[in-house]
Parts: sequence; structure tokens; C-alpha cells
Amino acid sequence: MASIELDRVSKRFRTSVALDEVSLRVASGETVAIIGPSGAGKTVLLRLIAGVEDPSRGSIAIDGADMADVAPERRGIGMAFQNFALFPHMTAFDNIASPLTAREASPDEVRRGVESVAKLLKIERVLDHYPRALSNGQKQRTALARALAASPAILLLDDPLRNVDAKLRFEMRLEFERLLSEQGATTLYVTQDYREAMALGDRIAVMDEGRFIQVGTPETVYFEPASTDVARQFGDPTINLMAAAPDSDASGDFAAIGGVRFGLPSGAVAAAKGRDCLVGMRPEALNFEDDASGAFAVEAVTPLNEKIVTLVAGSDGTELLVSRPSHEAPRRPGEKVSLRIAARDALLFARDDGTRIDVGAARIGS
Amino acid sequence: MQHQSTFERVLRGVLIALVLVFFMFPIVWILLMSFQTNEQILRIPPSLLFEPTLENYRALITGRLETHAGTLDIRFMQNLWNSLILSVFSVALALVLGVPAAYAFARFRFRLGEDIAFTLLSFRFAPPLLVLLPLTLYFQDLGLSDTYVGLVWVYQLICLPLILWIVRGYFEDMSPDIEHAYRTAGHGWLTTFRRISIPLTAPGIAAAGLLAFIFAWNNFIFALVLASADKQPVTVGALAFVTASGIQYGQIAAAIVLSITPTLALALYAQRYLVEGLSLGAVKG
Repeated sequence: MASIELDRVSKRFRTSVALDEVSLRVASGETVAIIGPSGAGKTVLLRLIAGVEDPSRGSIAIDGADMADVAPERRGIGMAFQNFALFPHMTAFDNIASPLTAREASPDEVRRGVESVAKLLKIERVLDHYPRALSNGQKQRTALARALAASPAILLLDDPLRNVDAKLRFEMRLEFERLLSEQGATTLYVTQDYREAMALGDRIAVMDEGRFIQVGTPETVYFEPASTDVARQFGDPTINLMAAAPDSDASGDFAAIGGVRFGLPSGAVAAAKGRDCLVGMRPEALNFEDDASGAFAVEAVTPLNEKIVTLVAGSDGTELLVSRPSHEAPRRPGEKVSLRIAARDALLFARDDGTRIDVGAARIGS
Repeated sequence: MQHQSTFERVLRGVLIALVLVFFMFPIVWILLMSFQTNEQILRIPPSLLFEPTLENYRALITGRLETHAGTLDIRFMQNLWNSLILSVFSVALALVLGVPAAYAFARFRFRLGEDIAFTLLSFRFAPPLLVLLPLTLYFQDLGLSDTYVGLVWVYQLICLPLILWIVRGYFEDMSPDIEHAYRTAGHGWLTTFRRISIPLTAPGIAAAGLLAFIFAWNNFIFALVLASADKQPVTVGALAFVTASGIQYGQIAAAIVLSITPTLALALYAQRYLVEGLSLGAVKG
């Protein structure tokens, strides 16, 4: 078991800043999913922790010990690279065995170690194959097995599911959950897929342009996104963001969108302080109401297995996405509908910088 | 192959034949000459029909050249041996020095790095005669002229840049993540270099080594100036056949055949690596 502490870590390359004063504490045994667009600095962060690159400034500590002068082979880390980085001149067995041979295990221990992890990942039949003879999924599992083989205290997984097909990605996401809890290692899991992050992370760290925009539990990141960027990254279909000025009347705070009144959490007007706002409404938080005089017309209906995504348009052209479970009867294009949202599900963002305006009504735990 | 008309096939055959004749003629002619006596070679008009003789080879191998003017000792076998020693040791030294250097240039950015690499490459641009006179004087002072050590050292001008630049391209082509993966697995950098970097670039290193061997083998000017008779390679040794009693064309031809045989065999054996290595080095360089 090992904790990781990053203290104002920066990494500059000749022409760009990859990491800008990043700080993070990962508790022993915790899994933190790091999500962000490509170029956000996720991979660089893992490389710094692994020690294959040095930070320009700041310090990295593992279990309280500063890692500045510690070589990568002495950090007790297992890392799975995004491009697999298998050793092409070694069989899958030797690839997986490499962390064990480095620890001078006996041939018997090596064989047992490799076979048990290979069994766990269901690649025991291809151990004598060279990487070029493996499918992408097998390569991915081999790379993962190599990272796990020596049961390292820290696991760094760099978008391990990026290069595998959709079906395998889904299966592996389920397996990872089990695997990570079995290993009990402190894990940093880099991904671009919010579902992976939500499923695997005890906490999620959202990165962009070399900084953490938000670090929090999956619930926090989903229900209280720090900014419109975070809100857009989490959720499929993406959140509806509508420009609106919060107002209030006798029945509470509201925003007028598409000429229709949508309730806002109480305190929204006060918190907005007259600024231009964006109201965020997740498609799955919106409800239909049958209403022949409804202000919205159904434009398009897209069934997606477990849910039905419907595009509706207001009289002024405002378009909103609504996502409902597929057991609800689908709407017909052209149908008139009304929309409702629970006031506490509406999010408020400042329009100029995209940060979320906290209206003081805690969503989580309420 | 695509469908071709008879005309196209014939044309293709003729063109290939022309190219082959153009490139192969000198070598074939020399091969034929090596089995002829001087008289047969020099008759006019030349003829493809002759009674082959092994006399030229016999003279080279026994080291005794009998002409009308008398008997001449030649040291062709010694020259061949010298060529082998010089080329093998030059390439071995250049590999020992050049491969780690190529790795450093490929993986690390350091002050003046590119300048140093380019300076090494520029050794290949400079005409050797430019450095030979001062080199000769220095070598005489240092006692290095006419020694294997001195020659192997000078041959680094030929071998080192070649190996450095070709192998560098190979290292740059290899994903550093593969090395990183081996490091994080718990292996030190030296083990990683030995077990990962070297095996993965082996074809490139072999190709570079072969090319350097051929260049070293074919070198003439350094050995001509810096070595005396007992250290001379075949390229210089062939001059001995220009004798007072005439030029021994037959022996020259036989000597050429013997001296190109090792490099030709090597090149044919490693043709695939050679082409791969050259094109890679060229693209990446």
C-alpha cells in the first residue's frame, strides 16, 4: 500500500506547459480516475509519477518519501501504457514475467506468478505468442498483466481501454472494477470516457490544459460540476446549456427558456447577482408532460436501447435534448409537449467564464 | 502481376537486360580476365573464347609472380589479411563507440548535441586528402604511422559517422515507452539498454555495421599514405601489379575478384537488412 502526494508539480516542454502547478493527494488503496481531453496533461502526469520523466518544478512523494532522485525501477510501480508498449521480441509470457525477473524471483515463482495473473485476465492460452500474433484485446490484457504481475503498491493505467473495440471495452470496464478492488493497489486511471471514470474512480479528477478543474467523487462531479466544461464531459447525451437570466416571482426562482418557465433552486437569483447565466439541464432530468398546447414540438426521436433521446424545439427555435428510459412510450415527431424539471436538478453557470454558480442548495445527500 | 502484352514483356526483358549489362559488364569482364594470361587479355580484337588458366590465382596465393623479366614477390595474401583485420577492428570499435553515442543522440537533448552529431557527419563530406598531410605528421610523431592501431583509428572517420547516423534513426524509430515499460517493471537502465534497446535495433545495427565494413574494406587513400607494405590492405596492395615489366592485368583481375568476394558474400547474405537499414536511416536521418 502506498499513498501518492503531488505538490505543485509543473512540467514544461520547450514550447508548451504540460502541467501547471498540479497538486493531488491519493490515499493508500484509493482509485482516482483522471479524465480530460487529449493534451490535457494526463499522460505526462503518470509519466512523472512513474519517474520516466522529471518534473520541471514541484515534488512527488510516494508514502511520504520524496521521489526526486528515485529511479523508475525503484518506485514499486506497475504501469500500463496507452500504446501497450509490449516488448516485441519477447513472448507474452516473458513480457508478463519481466517485473518478476527484475525482482530475482526463482523460475518457479515466475511461472506461478505469470500463470495466475494470466488466468485472471484470461490470456493463459496465448502466453507463448509474440505480441505481433496477439489481437488488440490480448495485447491490452498482456500489457495489463505485466503491470499487475508483481502486485505493485501503485498502479498507473494510461487509458488502457482506448485501443480496444467497443464490446471488449464494455467487458473490460466491468472486469476492471473487480480487478482493481482485488489488487487493492493505489490506482491512477487515465481515461477519456466519462463512463469508465464514473464506474472505476473512488474520486474523479477532471483535467484540462495542465490543471485539475475539479477533483471529487463521481456524484459531485456529475451533480455539481465545477464548470460547463466538466458538465459537458459527463453525461450522454450532453447537458443542455441555455442562456437565461434568472428571475423570481411568487412561486419561486425560475428561468425563461424557449418562452417557458423552468424552476430553479431557490436562491438562484440571489447567487447570480444579475450576471448573465447559462442554465444547465441534463437530458435525463427533463420530463415530458402531455399538453396539446405545449410550447415545445418534437423534432426527432432516437431510440438508444435502454433510453430514447428526443430533440424538441421551442417556438423561438430553442432546441433541447430529452433522454427518457425506453419503457416510456416514445413521442411522435410533430407532437406538442411540455417539459418539466425538478428545480434542484437545474444547474446555474456564469456565462462569461463557465464556472458553476453555487446556489447553496446541496444536491448530494439531500 | 498485371496482364501484359507480348510486346510489353519483350520490352521489359530487353530493358532489364540492358541495365544488367551496363552494371554487370565490368565485373563479368574482370572475372573473365582473371582466368586469362596477359597475352590473351591484351590481344586485339579481344575475344570471349580463351583457354582458362588458374595461373593468376596460383601466383597470388603462393606469392610468387613469374614474368619475362624475372620473379617478383608479392604479398597479396598478407594484404587480404590486413584488409580483414583493419575492417573488422574498425567496425567493431565504431560499433562500441557509435551505438551508445547514437542512443544518446536519439534519446537525450543536450547542449550542442545536434552540433556534435553534425560535426561527426561532416567527416564524411571532407576530402580525406585535406586531413592526410597533418595526420601523417602527427602519426609519425606519435609512432602511430604504419601500425594497425593508427589505421583503425583513422578508419573511424569512415565507420563512426555512418554507424552513428544510421543507428540513431533506428533508436528514434523505437518507441521510448517500450524502454519505459521495462524500467518501471523494475530493471535498471543498463539492463534495459542491453535487453530492449539493442535487440530491437539489431537489424539496423547489423546493416550499419555491414555498410561500414564495406566502406572500410574499400578505403584506399588512408592506407596508401599511412601504411607501408606489410600493413597495406588489398586496395593499396593491387598497386604492386604495376611492375617495371608491365601491368599484370591478369593478376589485378584475380586480386579484384578475391578482394570483392568477402564483401559481396556479406552483402548478398544481408541484403534485406541492408536495404531496410539504409532506407530507414535515410528517412529518419
